[in-house]
Amino acid sequence: MKAFARLYADLDETTATSEKVAALVRYFGDAPAADAAWAVHFLSGRRPKRLIRSGDLRAWATEAAAIPEWLFDESYHAVGDLAETIALLLPEPADPAGDSGPLRVWVEERLLRLRDLDPPAQRTALLAAWSELGGRERYVWNKLITGAFRVGASQRLVVRALAEVSGVPDEVIAHRLMGAWEPDADFFRRLVATDTEDADRSRPYPFALAYPLELEADALGPVEEWQAEWKWDGIRAQLVRRAGSVWLWSRGEDLLTGRFPEVELTGGVLPDGTVLDGELLPWLDGAPLPFAQLQRRIGRKTLSRKILAEVPVVLLAYDLLEDAGADVRGQPLVQRRARLEALVGALPGGAAIRMSPIVAALDWAALVDARQAARDQNAEGLMLKRRNSVYGVGRRRGDWWKWKVDPYSVDAVLIYAQLGSGRRAGLFTDYTFGIWDDGKLVPFAKAYSGLTDAEIAKVDAFVRQNTVERFGPVRVVKPELVFELAFEGIQRSSRHRSGIAVRFPRMARWRTDKRAADADSLDTVRALL
Amino acid sequence: MSLLRLTDRGLYCEAGDFHVDAWAAVPRVVVTHAHGDHVAWGCGAYLTSSAGAAVLAARLPAGAAITPLAYGESVTMGSVRVSLHPAGHILGSAQVRLELHGEVWVVSGDYKTEPDPTCTPFEPVRCRTFITESTFGLPIYRWRPEHEVMADINRWWRNNAEAGRVSLLYGYALGKAQRLIAGLDPGIGPILTHGAVERMTGVYRSQGVPLPPTTYAGAGARRDTPRGAIVVAPPAADASPWSRRFGPSSNAFASGWMRVRGARRRRSLDRGFALSDHADWPGLLAAIEATGAESVWVTHGYTTVLTRWLSEHGLEARAVATRFEGEREDAADAADTAEAAAP
Ligand SMILES: [Zn+2]
Ligand SMILES: [Zn+2]
Repeated sequence: MKAFARLYADLDETTATSEKVAALVRYFGDAPAADAAWAVHFLSGRRPKRLIRSGDLRAWATEAAAIPEWLFDESYHAVGDLAETIALLLPEPADPAGDSGPLRVWVEERLLRLRDLDPPAQRTALLAAWSELGGRERYVWNKLITGAFRVGASQRLVVRALAEVSGVPDEVIAHRLMGAWEPDADFFRRLVATDTEDADRSRPYPFALAYPLELEADALGPVEEWQAEWKWDGIRAQLVRRAGSVWLWSRGEDLLTGRFPEVELTGGVLPDGTVLDGELLPWLDGAPLPFAQLQRRIGRKTLSRKILAEVPVVLLAYDLLEDAGADVRGQPLVQRRARLEALVGALPGGAAIRMSPIVAALDWAALVDARQAARDQNAEGLMLKRRNSVYGVGRRRGDWWKWKVDPYSVDAVLIYAQLGSGRRAGLFTDYTFGIWDDGKLVPFAKAYSGLTDAEIAKVDAFVRQNTVERFGPVRVVKPELVFELAFEGIQRSSRHRSGIAVRFPRMARWRTDKRAADADSLDTVRALL
Repeated sequence: MSLLRLTDRGLYCEAGDFHVDAWAAVPRVVVTHAHGDHVAWGCGAYLTSSAGAAVLAARLPAGAAITPLAYGESVTMGSVRVSLHPAGHILGSAQVRLELHGEVWVVSGDYKTEPDPTCTPFEPVRCRTFITESTFGLPIYRWRPEHEVMADINRWWRNNAEAGRVSLLYGYALGKAQRLIAGLDPGIGPILTHGAVERMTGVYRSQGVPLPPTTYAGAGARRDTPRGAIVVAPPAADASPWSRRFGPSSNAFASGWMRVRGARRRRSLDRGFALSDHADWPGLLAAIEATGAESVWVTHGYTTVLTRWLSEHGLEARAVATRFEGEREDAADAADTAEAAAP
């Protein structure tokens, strides 16, 4: 546990990639396989669900810190993170320098067992753990039990470090990390094994990702070198057809098998040894439905015949990663696309796997127009892929770009503010914005991102000096500051007071040139529907 | 009987006709210490500790009328007996003791209860009413011993030196910077200073505080800084062109605020070291208890928290406004920073 907490701190304390990798290499070089397996598990974002009710956790921590509840709450407000607040409040253990034992034991014999204990037994177990762990370890432990463990290292860095420790190529490590595995010593040995024949046939490939295009498209060179496709607003997925079975994987590496039976059924018609990359979309009468329709399906455990009929889903395929059992990611995109068209073309009519069409254009101007019209297709914009590009691992700059439609925008007034958490703890960074309706400001959207640190500091000072009323953690502020909010989708909603819900709202600009009275009204916003 | 009351120019003692740490120019002021949020320019006469007179003079325009008073000695102002007692915050920092007809009040100014090699340690003074600061008035603030934090800082410096990086260590130019310099291990490499730090370090040396040798880092281009060097600078110098001219570097901030991860992350520095010149939560409680005060005025920080805690523990406690408006905890620190950055 000590070494793992040290690793966590090392990753947290530096912003330099090379130092993060060095810290990971140090850790994996020394850690026993069983500990290393758990470390990989946590570092790759897998974490136990919340194991203890946060009310209980607060109560027991307050008790252990011997302070009144209100003082715990004040402390929590200042820190903005429950796990850290507790770690900072509890008395130091008698022997903080002592060895706390291996990570595996802490996870398997103490952490995971919490789930099966009743609250009084959980309390005893927690108080014991807190009294054994020093400050840094206690913090990591709290992060694990609150299900909020996040670490300052991307999967890519973990892969790089494991490759360095084992001498196995990055791609092999990345591949082995995908899909389902149990974090045990055997798994870790297989992960770093130099024999790269992997048994698990279900595994997808790491997804190639695109960067947002920030320059003018024509700066990319001749349009003939590029393939344009719609950028769909669905679920990115790989369909793996091997050994007589079909697996569907989302980009979050969740196995989606069983969720989209129509797509799997079609996948079974593909030849063995095929892997497709594409987008799962709700699709009716030859056109995509809004994303909200897909959400209706995602939320369900069992799929009724009714929902399957109302929201049928297809996989719009846009890439081929494996063909006749061979990894074809190194071939140029044009070649992969041709094979993909042949494979999908051979499927029977009405199949739930279709080609994601190419958006043909003779010049960049035509693509500019197409992008502007993307919303008519229920698309978010265009994808631009270099025709001769390979299918890269992770994000690679230069070959694949996402070119989204300019967002909608609305001028709205800051009406409520709340303290942020994490990096923004102690600062008012979470805002609610209102727009005018009948002479009153109605809450319209919440936004957290888009401001610079300097702007946040100014808004924070404004909130502190202009609080009109407090409701628990929420400050009602003088309606004075106007921000241009950008967002992607807009639709009617009965759950929102304004009757409107927007997707991905964020602050595009602080309109210091505008007064509250200049902000938009609900009528103007309704017109966007 | 009230020896002090809050006015729009800060705490005022009517019976002695003087202010303590005035917020604006007043005829007569007693100054606890020379930090920006405790000093107003343009006052007619300043009274401060002998140990702190030179520091105060360095922060005021030339010719300011400063009267020094040794710790423990007393003077009579009007009908009030005034004496100064070590506050352990920075060189010369003092608590102000006021006595009138047996009634005793103490204004703490800023203080810490931990030892600090660059100033006289805090001394508790018995009183009936104690006016305390509360910068770190939350139980999450508990300091590790100074030698442990300095060991961490020296380790960080040594690692940087070995990796060929310059170490940029930020701390307030007056007080924190000198305490850091005193704890640095000159065996690791040369210690360079920012102008604001070098000036105050000179004042410390002139007052007999032993500090390892430092070199003013200069203002011009200097890409040839020895890689093993550490540069001590005020936080406002971070990310400035001045800080970038040292080439490959690692940066860190030494402040009590660095105890909380969010505060460390927000500054996007490589490291944050929790080293403070203010009392931590146990320090505040112990100091207040040691005064034996029945009545406590709380200012400068987490006033509502500390006031409530003290009231729940049987003391008569009230919050008193601080010079800086609003509730920004680090306003005072920010003020120090701003002043230190000025030429
Ligand atoms: Zn001070
Ligand atoms: Zn102060």
